[in-house]
Amino acid sequence: MRRLILLAFLVLLALLPVLLPESAEFYVTLANYIGLYALVALGLVLLTGVGGLTSFGQAAFVGVGAYATAWLTTAFGWSPWLTLLVAVAATTVVALFLGFITLRMGGHYLPLGTIAWGISLYFLFGNIEAFGGHTGLGGIPPVSLAGIELKSGREFYYLIWIALMFGVVATQNLLDSRDGRAIRALKGGVVMAEAMGVNTAWYKIVIFTVAAQFACVSGWLYAHLQRFVNPTPFSLTQGIEYLFMAVIGGVGHVWGALLGAGLITIFKQWLQDLLPKLLGQSGNFEVIVFGLVMIFVLHRARDGLWPVLLARVERLWPALAANAGGRVAAAERLPKREMPQAGDTILDVQQVTKRFGGLTANNAVSFTVRAGEVMALIGPNGAGKSTMFNCISGVNPPTEGEVRFLNQRVDGLASREIARRGMSRTFQHVRLLPAMSVLDNVAIGAHLRGSKTFVHSSLRLDREEERRLRHEAARQIERVGLGEHLFDAAGSLPLGKQRIVEIARALAADPCLLLLDEPAAGLRYLEKQALAELLRKLRGEGMGILLVEHDMDFVMGLADRVVVMEFGEKLAEGLPQQIQEDPKVLQAYLGGVE
Amino acid sequence: MDFQIALLLGQDGLTNGAIYALLALALVLVFAVTRVIFIPQGEFVAYGALTLAMLQAGKLPTTLWLILALGAAAAVLDGAQALRHGAARKLPRLLAVNLAVPLALWGLLANIDLAGLPLLAQVALTLAVVVPLGPMIYRLAYQPIAEAPVLILLIVSVAVHVVLIGLGLLFFGAEGTRTPAFTEGTLDLGTTTLQYQTLWILAISAVLIVALYAFFGRSIYGKALRATALNRTGARLMGISTTMAGKLSFTLAALIGAFSGILISPITTLYYDSGFLIGLKGFVGAIIGGLASYPVAAAGALLVGFLESYSSFYASAYKEVIVFTLIIPVLLWRSLTSHHAEEEE
Repeated sequence: MRRLILLAFLVLLALLPVLLPESAEFYVTLANYIGLYALVALGLVLLTGVGGLTSFGQAAFVGVGAYATAWLTTAFGWSPWLTLLVAVAATTVVALFLGFITLRMGGHYLPLGTIAWGISLYFLFGNIEAFGGHTGLGGIPPVSLAGIELKSGREFYYLIWIALMFGVVATQNLLDSRDGRAIRALKGGVVMAEAMGVNTAWYKIVIFTVAAQFACVSGWLYAHLQRFVNPTPFSLTQGIEYLFMAVIGGVGHVWGALLGAGLITIFKQWLQDLLPKLLGQSGNFEVIVFGLVMIFVLHRARDGLWPVLLARVERLWPALAANAGGRVAAAERLPKREMPQAGDTILDVQQVTKRFGGLTANNAVSFTVRAGEVMALIGPNGAGKSTMFNCISGVNPPTEGEVRFLNQRVDGLASREIARRGMSRTFQHVRLLPAMSVLDNVAIGAHLRGSKTFVHSSLRLDREEERRLRHEAARQIERVGLGEHLFDAAGSLPLGKQRIVEIARALAADPCLLLLDEPAAGLRYLEKQALAELLRKLRGEGMGILLVEHDMDFVMGLADRVVVMEFGEKLAEGLPQQIQEDPKVLQAYLGGVE
Repeated sequence: MDFQIALLLGQDGLTNGAIYALLALALVLVFAVTRVIFIPQGEFVAYGALTLAMLQAGKLPTTLWLILALGAAAAVLDGAQALRHGAARKLPRLLAVNLAVPLALWGLLANIDLAGLPLLAQVALTLAVVVPLGPMIYRLAYQPIAEAPVLILLIVSVAVHVVLIGLGLLFFGAEGTRTPAFTEGTLDLGTTTLQYQTLWILAISAVLIVALYAFFGRSIYGKALRATALNRTGARLMGISTTMAGKLSFTLAALIGAFSGILISPITTLYYDSGFLIGLKGFVGAIIGGLASYPVAAAGALLVGFLESYSSFYASAYKEVIVFTLIIPVLLWRSLTSHHAEEEE
């Protein structure tokens, strides 16, 4: 059904210039501009809606595209198709540079940086003499396609909308892939994604660059449609308007970009006619209305109008609702890592100390974990167990001491590097992406087992690998006993089950050492038994397991060895039986026997 | 460039830098307390200057309509909320603050000879008209989503900015204005001359900065703001209203902004949209201070002032490009000195 509507929309789009009469040239122009703006807004969907980063400077990238082609075609007579490549390359270089310096910082530095370069580039366009200063550059040649010069708006319409549809499809493909999951994790899941081996800084740069490239292509199209450029359309004001389009339309949705671009472009036309008459003055008063609408949307419908519209339509016409669920196609198993010999020491923690300012959370703690054993780390609340997990997994590296994993030092390495070597973990405070399905969440765990790039996924060249990744994720979910929840939103599960999803995600990484932080908290008796059974089985396969847990029955029935921590120091180490009789441990847990 | 010109440019840089420093302080204050990146800071500069100009021309300032409208909107929202929670006793105070005060101001302004007033009274009236916009904007645009991520608050800021720009054009028209100096004339220093207004700007900036310092260090409200900046939840548990803290910080920001506008409008012509670039230069200063440190932000703002003034001599067309490109090495330096992936909200 959805496909049918999409098809009808595409047919309507294709026929629009044919159907509109000669006298309705204005509407063709309007549609052209909507297409151009939507292409920029589409980049913002990827950047802001999905990736949680934002830019007010997209107009400057549009300017880079427009001026590159305007200058090269008029001053040197280059072919527009050649300048397209040059423009995209130039934008890529600029975006990589700006991305490199701003993206590694806190979220608000990027938008502030974008405001600054938006202004900078605007004044630059207006001051470079070769670019015609504030008057601009004219006489830009039309684009020729297969010998036909696209001179009229109606001909150019097809070029714009084909480029836009290509962008829409590529973006949708990208989001529905291994890279898409990593990108979706950027918003609120950076620590988790890094621990699953995702290079989040790289993905930020990727989406930032792709968004800039979309903007650049829009600028190139604009220059050859108008055949004239001046600095005005590339100002910060326009950059702000692009963001408004994306946010009002629905910044998390590909079609929201089209909706927003359409609404703002049409209303702008209308308000520019109406308001000056109403107010008796000329000027850009439509910004008052847009600003107010924007504040209202952010207060009342932060996800924009597209999801609101979709929900309305689905209520009126339930057949249209996307069928939740789906299926996981069978696929060849992913290759497995070679496991170390059972009994070999795989993790060696030596004298690890972690200080937070004046507070010493771990003080010279040492212990080892062997392949094929369950090592339990226990201790009262605040003993420093989770800090120790963060030291080992690189989430928050130790201040002093050594961590050796598979005979190599890993302290000081980024958590994604440690994950690559075969360590995987869960978090005490569950770190799932609540809006994503259980299957997608678990598939993030298998991130490092795929290798296709974002270019492959945009072009759908990743399908075989994607099937194998999804199949593996589904297998791990079945294995932990959550098979009936594959397509449920992870946030909809009870907390105990969410912890189990975290275990499935860690298993999807095919680790040889598994770090579990309070996996049994919130589970019922039978669920705990099933979990213990699973852990025994994993141990039997040769996996080393380091476990933090408060449920003593669970720990003592499962662990091969136990380390007890109190106030950041190691209190005791030994077999479960020894620990249970150790007077120091009894003192720590139960208070002294007077 | 000879020594004379260098001195003149330095004077220019120092004056502008002092204004940017004031704005940078306001921006750091608002961000620390409310997590709002207050893009509309600069609009208060323009509103302050242009409102004063209207008063001096003997016209009823159009900004008055804005506080009447925003006050009415705030009264309706707060009133409805109070009634829903059965707190009708709050209504009189609420109506007095949001409706009666702006109306009284209207009555006052409409019935006196504005142009004939002494400058000090005109400045006071200007501030009375413009400063309430700060807390009212906080109430209407930010308070309902005070706990939203920084990014959403930033987008709201940009929306507020474009609304104020549009309204500025409507209220003040496209013409620029200057206001008379506090003290006309120049001081002869032998090799160079100094405008009295420059001295005013430097003195008042210094006084304001010291006053802010005392406010944060000594007064209970200043300490409450600092507590909110450090830990919102903790502050709330100690009985500090984060709404109060938000409104107070916006009041201070509006005051600093409007006053900055009044200070510089005798030496530069201000238009309805001039505030934006001025505010952003304060921003560059604030970013140099990492949006956290007041003294570094002030020093950064002075640096921006000097850079702007000297680059206007060497490459005047590229003045803005140079100033805003400065942010890039600063960001680069900050990104190389800070490390590790941290969760963003």
